[in-house]
Amino acid sequence: MSGGGARSLALHGGVLALLLALHFVLPAYHHGNLARIMVLASYAIGYNILFGYTGLLSLGHALFFAAGMYGMGLAMRHAGLGPGPALAAGLAAGLAVSAAMGLLALRTAGVAFMIVTLMFAQAGYLALLYFGAWTRGDEGFVIQQAERILWGIDLSDPGNRYLAALALFALCLLATLWLVERPFGKVLVAIRENEERARMLGYNVFAYKLGAVILSGTVSAAAGAAYGLLFGYVGATFASVQYSIFPLLWVLLGGAGTVLGPLIGTLFMFYLIDLSSGVTSAYMLVAGVVLVLVTLFAPQGLAGLLRARLWRWLP
Amino acid sequence: MEFGPHLVLATLEGAVTAAVLALTAVGLSLVFGVMRVVNVAHGEFFMLGAVLAWWVTSLIGGPPALGFAAALVVAPLLVGLLAAAADMTVLKRIDYDPERTIVATIGLLYILQQVTLMTYGADARPVEPPFNTRLAIPWVTFAEGRPQLIWPWGLGTTSYKLAVIGAAAAVLAGVWLVMTRSRIGLLMRATQLDRDMALAFGIPVERIYALVFGLGAALAALAAVLIVPISQAHYLMGGDPLLLSFIVVIIGGLGSLPGTLVAAILIGLSDGIISVFFSPTLAKILATLLVALVLVFRPQGLFGLRAA
Repeated sequence: MSGGGARSLALHGGVLALLLALHFVLPAYHHGNLARIMVLASYAIGYNILFGYTGLLSLGHALFFAAGMYGMGLAMRHAGLGPGPALAAGLAAGLAVSAAMGLLALRTAGVAFMIVTLMFAQAGYLALLYFGAWTRGDEGFVIQQAERILWGIDLSDPGNRYLAALALFALCLLATLWLVERPFGKVLVAIRENEERARMLGYNVFAYKLGAVILSGTVSAAAGAAYGLLFGYVGATFASVQYSIFPLLWVLLGGAGTVLGPLIGTLFMFYLIDLSSGVTSAYMLVAGVVLVLVTLFAPQGLAGLLRARLWRWLP
Repeated sequence: MEFGPHLVLATLEGAVTAAVLALTAVGLSLVFGVMRVVNVAHGEFFMLGAVLAWWVTSLIGGPPALGFAAALVVAPLLVGLLAAAADMTVLKRIDYDPERTIVATIGLLYILQQVTLMTYGADARPVEPPFNTRLAIPWVTFAEGRPQLIWPWGLGTTSYKLAVIGAAAAVLAGVWLVMTRSRIGLLMRATQLDRDMALAFGIPVERIYALVFGLGAALAALAAVLIVPISQAHYLMGGDPLLLSFIVVIIGGLGSLPGTLVAAILIGLSDGIISVFFSPTLAKILATLLVALVLVFRPQGLFGLRAA
């Protein structure tokens, strides 16, 4: 484990350094894509805390993503807050929504948990449409360039945007890396492996699971708020079922319960969908095929395969 | 016109929704009851039924009744076979693990939906109803101290809508008879009660599973064929039936057929009535919240006896 610690630090530090280096060499199109991917991968990291490490499969994470995005966007639009306080409002919204969802949904388990989270997220999406007078529903609203200047940094500039996305991603990545080595992370894994045993050992399983839901929801909300701020658009699409399925797909493909899995999965799926949408408008077909194939043949995902075949120490 | 006649009209529209919903939801409930898995692609089987109905009727041509009768047979059959094939190639291989089945059927959902988009296209297309006489509804009011019959008063229903209600009731009675009175129904119920014991008694559980999965999908497709002359066939039409069937199955108690039926009538009628007098979005928000809260606080459903 001690050797693994140094190696994993080198690996993850190397990935972050590579992402920083790419900032200087990538052509504009891929540069913009990668900024998007890093924000979405942060969302996937949030999802992975709950799904990969705690073993709770949620079908409603779009609710958290949208809570962050709308918490930020509505605070700007209707309360006239600057980007800094608006981001904090987005985080607070994510925290509150995930705490409420956790308290209710964690009374169920397994399939019922999946359906309850799906239903809450669906109700949230429909509520965004219903209160269209404030949220502008499906159409969404644009965050003007003048409102996207945080601490004197213009986030609508592609270079700054990339670095901001990288900062968010690095923060989330290092936080998970730290978390999985802490006792809290170990207890989450223990709950995933055998909930009954964790309870017998004297852990308050409900409290740990609630902590995981809140942490996961808040990270997802941070990604949602950052997405709205960096790309200047807030819309109800981001609250739809599709955006609950995406993080599941990314994490499954990349490898549930691995620190790097979310980035790998998001990167692969983003480019797969990007390439196929050039060929056909039915680009979600790729998502469906990948979901079925991964479930059938590689339930541990790409990083999981790496861990099983090559690097046993991969966190 | 005043409140009363509109309520009658809303109730009739609600009854059509309820009839179709009952068929779709019973399909979902059957799959959950026997196989203990949730089929998220159920709405897409519904959609395929409608699209195939359009395809069959436009292929056959001639009088609308002929094509429609053919669609009533062909669409559920094809969809059922497709579902059984999906069961044998995908669900069997992941050993019907509840969570992985949900993920796999989400994948299946996108595959079916997007392949339909690529082949059938993004247009909504109508199917001609086999018969469509307008029927005016009589209404009685009290004026000048005595009852007066007002007929016709402008609004009405069609013979086809009444036929949909009748057909759905007949099919549901058939399903109930098969489940309770036939040998295959007995095998299904045995599998539902105890899979391992059924296997030990030589019941071909895997074939029963494929059959049930196909039958559930076929019921959804049949419901879609019945409704497609009233609405239209579109590649995204599977979302609402899926959501509503979920609501019905959960409120009725997972896997309980009578509970499903009662809940379908309840939800179908109230959805019709709330949508006419209030906003359809509000109706859906209330329904989804209701489902989530029922699952949290009363997991056996409002009418069921068993926990999910």
